[in-house]
Amino acid sequence: MNLTLKIWRQKNANDKGKMVDYQISDVSPDMSFLEMLDVLNNQLIEKGDSPVAFDHDCREGICGMCSLYINGEAHGPDRRVTTCQLHMRMFKDGDTIHIEPFRAKAFPIIKDLVVDRSAFDRVQHAGGFISVNTSGNTQDANSIPISKHAADKAMDAATCIGCGACVASCKNSSAMLFVSAKVSQYALLPQGQVEATDRVLNMVQQMDDEGFGNCTNTGACEVECPKGISLENIARMNREYLSASFKG
Amino acid sequence: MALDSKIPQGPLADKWTKHKNDINLVNPANKRLIDVIVVGTGLAGGSAAATLAELGYNVKAFCFQDSPRRAHSIAAQGGINAAKNYQGDGDSTYRLFYDTVKGGDYRSREANVYRLAEVSANIIDQCVAQGVPFARDYGGLLDNRSFGGVLVSRTFYAKGQTGQQLLLGAYSAMNRQIGRGKIKMYNRHEMLDVVIVDGKARGIIARNLVTGEIERHSAHAVVLGTGGYGNVFFLSTNAMGSNVTAAWRAHKRGAYFANPCYTQIHPTCIPVSGDHQSKLTLMSESLRNDGRIWVPKHKKDVEAIRSGKLKPTQLAEEDRDYYLERRYPAFGNLVPRDVASRAAKERCDAGFGVNATGEAVYLDFAAAIIRYGKEKAHVKGLNENDDSLVKELGKEVVKAKYGNLFQMYEKIVDENPYETPMMIFPAVHYTMGGIWVDYNLQTTIPGLYAIGEANFSDHGSNRLGASALMQGLADGYFVLPYTIGDYLSEDIRTGAISTDSPEFEEAEKNAVENINHLINNKGTKSVDSFHRRLGKIMWNKCGMSRNEKELKEAIEEISALRKEFYKDVLVPGTADEFNEQLAKAGRVADFLELGELFAKDALLREESAGGHFREEHQTPEGEAKRRKEFQFVSAWEYKGEPKDALLHKEALVYENIEVKERSYK
Amino acid sequence: MSGILSSSIGRKFAMAISALFLMIFLLQHFAINILSVFSPDTFNEVSHFMGTFWVIQYALQPVLIFGVVFHFVMGFVLEIKNTKARQIKYAVNNGGANSSWMSRNMIWSGLAILAFVVLHFIDFWIPEINIKYIQGDMSGMHNGEFRYFHELVEKFHSPLRVGAYCLAFVFLALHLLHGFESAFQSVGANNKYTKGLKNFSKIYAIGIPAGFIFIALFHHLNQVL
Repeated sequence: MNLTLKIWRQKNANDKGKMVDYQISDVSPDMSFLEMLDVLNNQLIEKGDSPVAFDHDCREGICGMCSLYINGEAHGPDRRVTTCQLHMRMFKDGDTIHIEPFRAKAFPIIKDLVVDRSAFDRVQHAGGFISVNTSGNTQDANSIPISKHAADKAMDAATCIGCGACVASCKNSSAMLFVSAKVSQYALLPQGQVEATDRVLNMVQQMDDEGFGNCTNTGACEVECPKGISLENIARMNREYLSASFKG
Repeated sequence: MALDSKIPQGPLADKWTKHKNDINLVNPANKRLIDVIVVGTGLAGGSAAATLAELGYNVKAFCFQDSPRRAHSIAAQGGINAAKNYQGDGDSTYRLFYDTVKGGDYRSREANVYRLAEVSANIIDQCVAQGVPFARDYGGLLDNRSFGGVLVSRTFYAKGQTGQQLLLGAYSAMNRQIGRGKIKMYNRHEMLDVVIVDGKARGIIARNLVTGEIERHSAHAVVLGTGGYGNVFFLSTNAMGSNVTAAWRAHKRGAYFANPCYTQIHPTCIPVSGDHQSKLTLMSESLRNDGRIWVPKHKKDVEAIRSGKLKPTQLAEEDRDYYLERRYPAFGNLVPRDVASRAAKERCDAGFGVNATGEAVYLDFAAAIIRYGKEKAHVKGLNENDDSLVKELGKEVVKAKYGNLFQMYEKIVDENPYETPMMIFPAVHYTMGGIWVDYNLQTTIPGLYAIGEANFSDHGSNRLGASALMQGLADGYFVLPYTIGDYLSEDIRTGAISTDSPEFEEAEKNAVENINHLINNKGTKSVDSFHRRLGKIMWNKCGMSRNEKELKEAIEEISALRKEFYKDVLVPGTADEFNEQLAKAGRVADFLELGELFAKDALLREESAGGHFREEHQTPEGEAKRRKEFQFVSAWEYKGEPKDALLHKEALVYENIEVKERSYK
Repeated sequence: MSGILSSSIGRKFAMAISALFLMIFLLQHFAINILSVFSPDTFNEVSHFMGTFWVIQYALQPVLIFGVVFHFVMGFVLEIKNTKARQIKYAVNNGGANSSWMSRNMIWSGLAILAFVVLHFIDFWIPEINIKYIQGDMSGMHNGEFRYFHELVEKFHSPLRVGAYCLAFVFLALHLLHGFESAFQSVGANNKYTKGLKNFSKIYAIGIPAGFIFIALFHHLNQVL
């Protein structure tokens, strides 16, 4: 199929940037979206133009590196997939596809479609861990039984790949889904209880300092999340945060 | 230089304990005076960085991704082995050791493997303490599954995302240290060289991938946890960015490269769909717990299926060839990866491949769906003979176990694997070979360590499923942090290492020249086009089965391709900006050298062992035939061109395990 | 309190609490207004009680005003902060694919409601204050009978006003359709009752504004037909 691509081009962080049109032909429906961009880039390189920069790595939907806003949706129109798993069979011959970077003040653009998501890392530095040193002498893994229900819920929260689709989709650029997934994972497990109060207060503080917006419960994040992280986690974090605040 | 593996004396089971008691320690106050560089933040690098920082060393960690959490360990699906014997099925440290050595086709180092088995149980304890949400049963205890090549259930898992959860565990441990300032994290940085001062590794040259700036970083020791080099095949299950550059540049500075030809071809990957393909996707080996692998028995059915006239579900049981169950009744669909891959290739080469390219076999869950459905119906007290009900219930069970994998398959292939068998084909997945290390995980360069997939030591010529995660974390959490102390204990009075020395100067100049050459070459062909061509040569001539003639051809072709690359490669843009093509060009240049050494190593190894299959050396039934005279590690010393690499041999001695014909029948 | 209001979750909690308070007020307001349909006398008595009982006038009324002002001001503050969190807008944004119109346009439905509240103050509240506290007439009487019912009916004479009134309540319904459910999420409610609460919130969000519209139309039609 033949497609028109409208792609955000921005030379570097200080450049103003603009949408640029490209034509691409002979796209196979079995291609992944990124493979389609590979083809475009190869054409650009061989013509002497500069290829479109975009983040990608594992190309199997788990590393969280790819981050494109396609036709007005994070990771494009398909559900429960990352951009790398989006296939061209989702589009029709003659379509025009808009490709933009994930936009948020807290995700400054590095080049073209590549953004800096280190704000996510800094939120994790503030408390996304359980303070246990490595030693050969931690207690036996089976010494604390954890109900299957809690373990499964913790796992569901821990599935977050940190791609930032939640922030990109949120009309407020809020990072609540991302932060709450980590807070929830530990809140659901007995190992996470000791530091629960400090964890949620510190992580939320850092989230706010990074310049993410406020959650208004639109639910867009949950819909666009490639891993289906549930809004339940946000409710849980609200609860954890409020009880931690009142504890002081 | 003679290779000294520094294996401690004494009985196998006591070696590690005794060694830990014997080696030197660095006192806590002195650790604060010592810097360690860790390159790569996957399971090995991440866990090492966190642990070293906990111990008190000043750690600088580097990764080329935008966050340490994205290292490719994250993509490991199935699980992690540990000799916990929670299932009471007779597992033990010895049995895990035995299975791993046998699985590696007697080409791994006994003492290293035993240590790996020994610390495996600690890994699970450590990860649970970190909050890794492993799967649990209804009693709240940890659940296990079974993997290929073993007869016990010792694999711990977190749905189909075990690697992700373990990596996030290590990442969380790193985060705690980054927050404390004990780890300084350098994201989007690529190591370009290791700097040797007075014979010791004292730092690295790195490129900031955002600004293009070349940076000097010094330390008292350098640790490489930079993963494997499967991307030399272009198409593999590795991430697009996975590369050999750090390891190869270390090799060029004097680190021996061991067993480069040992590559794992994983049997259950989604087949190639066309020329546009940029990578291959693995379907977890855990699927072989329940899926049955088959091709049609008769050619006419193959034709009918390929032309779309016949659906696989329409083929009667007696017209199917469950070739693994037929050839290996004891292990059936759970034979080790090398065996399963070769068997698939054998059937496809014989013309029984089931897709248009003739390179796919079926992985079928119909039987498992019925079996689980009946079980569930029985438990629920429903009619076990109601076919549609049983199917529905069975699908639910299969969905709970493998839902995310099935969904992934459907998204890529556009077929519903609950209704029709999946198509799979082997693909390059893991490299057992890597930088040669001694028992302390130190390379032949003092102060340079290699851990995880980047080293060579634990998996011999074939890695068993769920062992890579185990090895990465064992090295990073429980081995390196001890052994590196022995080396660093001599550095407590060294003081900070200056980056102004001539050695740093030279290394930086070298890196800049390489980059400028690539940028200024202004050829006509893209980096990717060379990479694809290299991959084709590797897959066709150094892939699942190899022979002398083709290996010799491969060496010539790769060498010629490398010359062409330096003459005709086109790298757009400049060196001082975010330039993915430039980064990639550097990586492909290294693959073009490694590929040739790979073929040279495969040519040397005139035997079949594990993932290395030489057509000249097989049993009458077509199984791999090992040769006693090749019971050694081939460690290559860099001497300029790959063809000039100098071979060193480390003899492999098996004192605690009988070297036998490997049989899974 | 100021500590908690400086955090994003604290602010959203405050929005939720003020919203829940306003919704209780709204229910109470509705309960009294609907009396005007069934029994003008009861309506008059209850209105007189509400208008003169000191606890309501001097304690609850200021709290209510504070609640209204707080909710609006905080709403604007959040809107400004949220707009700042994305400085360059998307060229194409398909918000409809992942969220409801109501949830994305709370600021607009909120502004419509604010406009109505202003009108309502001018219509009812300011004259009330004038009669009771400036003229000092706390009797609630006019021409020998309670004035409340008459005043109410009179206001619903003009079709323009009734139209504006109805439109405002449509906006209120849209606002509540997202807002009520959202308030539960903001205070962290998430358990086996959540689904029931959500259904209840939908019934409330449509039922109460519909009720107000019914009252308006009832009195209007009674006068014109």
